[in-house]
Amino acid sequence: MASIVESALPDDNAIVLARRWKHWRSRVMPLVGIFTLIFVWWALIRVFNVKPFVAPTPFVVAETLYLKSGVLLQNLVPTATEAFFGFLLGNMTATVVATVFVHKRIVQESFFPIAVLFNSIPVVAQAPILVLLLGNGIEPKVAISAMICFFPTLVNMVRGLGAVNPQALELMHVLSASKWEVFTKLRLQSSLPYLFSSLKITASTSVIGAIVGEWIGSQFGLGALIIQATFNFDSALLYATVAVGSCFSVSFFLFIIFLERMCIRWQPASHA
Amino acid sequence: MRPRAADRNLVEASASPNMLDHRLAGSAVSAPAIPTAAVDCDGVTVRFDGAQHSITALENISIAVKQGGFLTILGPSGCGKSTLLRVLADLVKPTTGKVRILSNSPSQARRKRAIGFVFQDSTLLPWRSVIDNVSLPLEVGGRHRATVENGDPRELLRLVGLSGWEKSLPHELSGGMRQRVSIARALVANPKVLLMDEPFGALDEITRDRLNEELLRIWQETAVTIVFVTHSIYEAAFLGEQVLVMSSRPGRVREIVPIDMPESRRLAMRESTRFVKIAAHLRAVLETC
Repeated sequence: MASIVESALPDDNAIVLARRWKHWRSRVMPLVGIFTLIFVWWALIRVFNVKPFVAPTPFVVAETLYLKSGVLLQNLVPTATEAFFGFLLGNMTATVVATVFVHKRIVQESFFPIAVLFNSIPVVAQAPILVLLLGNGIEPKVAISAMICFFPTLVNMVRGLGAVNPQALELMHVLSASKWEVFTKLRLQSSLPYLFSSLKITASTSVIGAIVGEWIGSQFGLGALIIQATFNFDSALLYATVAVGSCFSVSFFLFIIFLERMCIRWQPASHA
Repeated sequence: MRPRAADRNLVEASASPNMLDHRLAGSAVSAPAIPTAAVDCDGVTVRFDGAQHSITALENISIAVKQGGFLTILGPSGCGKSTLLRVLADLVKPTTGKVRILSNSPSQARRKRAIGFVFQDSTLLPWRSVIDNVSLPLEVGGRHRATVENGDPRELLRLVGLSGWEKSLPHELSGGMRQRVSIARALVANPKVLLMDEPFGALDEITRDRLNEELLRIWQETAVTIVFVTHSIYEAAFLGEQVLVMSSRPGRVREIVPIDMPESRRLAMRESTRFVKIAAHLRAVLETC
């Protein structure tokens, strides 16, 4: 007996160690990846002797992030505002339109192709049109951002609101539930996983929309800063701006994941 | 005269005003004190029209279940037994024939909350806790909601043996527990008729046996009328006061078998000679379907 226990112990230890390593690996490895990327970036610039106005070294970018943090944050605020309101507007409109589509087939048949048509126009082509229509302020940027967010959410919500367990619909019929009750108690809830999968996509695309909007004639925002830095051959500022923009995108994305975890505590039907 | 001659197990239709009482098959004595049957189908036919050809799911079904009765419907798969239950629940409209639930049409009965329905799949809303799932019927139904005398969700959870699970989510429960929740939900609006569509069909035998016993207890405690669809001979004979055996394509009433067994049924009863004989008879009838 004793020998069995003794021989089992090292194995147990090995299993515990393996588990611990697995646990830490998922946290450590992304950092290793990022540092490797930065090292390769630095090495390439060193080896090929790239001029500073073509591409900066990571250290110069870090320095710029610190020295020009005031300017960067000042320009992040309008971009973040545009992206946020575009995100809200686009997703809310899409949800409302999807609701109408699901309840009125004939509306969906006539207007869904138009939505597809608008979505097929590239953002860079939509942007000038909206700038001409809405002027030079914050409005066209919000509009562009909203238009990018609109389509993925529309498609997902049409699917999500329709993806109701048919037996649950029969249950609601036996309970004499009204259409409004079926919508609020059943359809809306069961579409949440679909909604969140498109919210995750649109969280980052809304930032892209805002930045593209700022490229077309704007004096403020990260997009304007990108254009300025490019024309001044200020590669360090350009890279720093891009870094700030993508940091914001990632935070927005993580915030949506956090919201999803809060809202969907139940397992979706497909996983159960 | 009503055209109902097809069913030999029913008392022949006559012009007598209390013929309804005669049709309460299974009850030996017709009791004039009971005014109406809980469920009364008269010549119900259901035809589904397809693009190529139409399918007759039910043909000339006439049955009656007395108030507080327990009818089980037994038949091979595809015989339309679920369709019959769905006709009673106003989920399918009969092509011809008349359906009365406590003297109301199925849709009136549904609006008055006289019907409770239990599906084969528990159909719980996965985002709602157990207690909120049971309360669902009290939250929907608009203006009809206030007119009924409702049960207490907590009390019903106790009735189905799930006290202490109020806050759990459906995915945390086993299949049998989920089905208990759906039974509590069906009972919360105090229905007069409980329709059950193979509710224990997806469960393992041990759980199914236990739930069968508990269903009988609930039936005795609530005095609800139950119509129960199953494809298990033992379940049909164990639960029902009478078993309606259906033949398939098209679904017809093959035979109505009264189950003459003592009131308080126990699972051990299934080993008794009488029960085995009844089961053998049901099997023999099913084989001719």
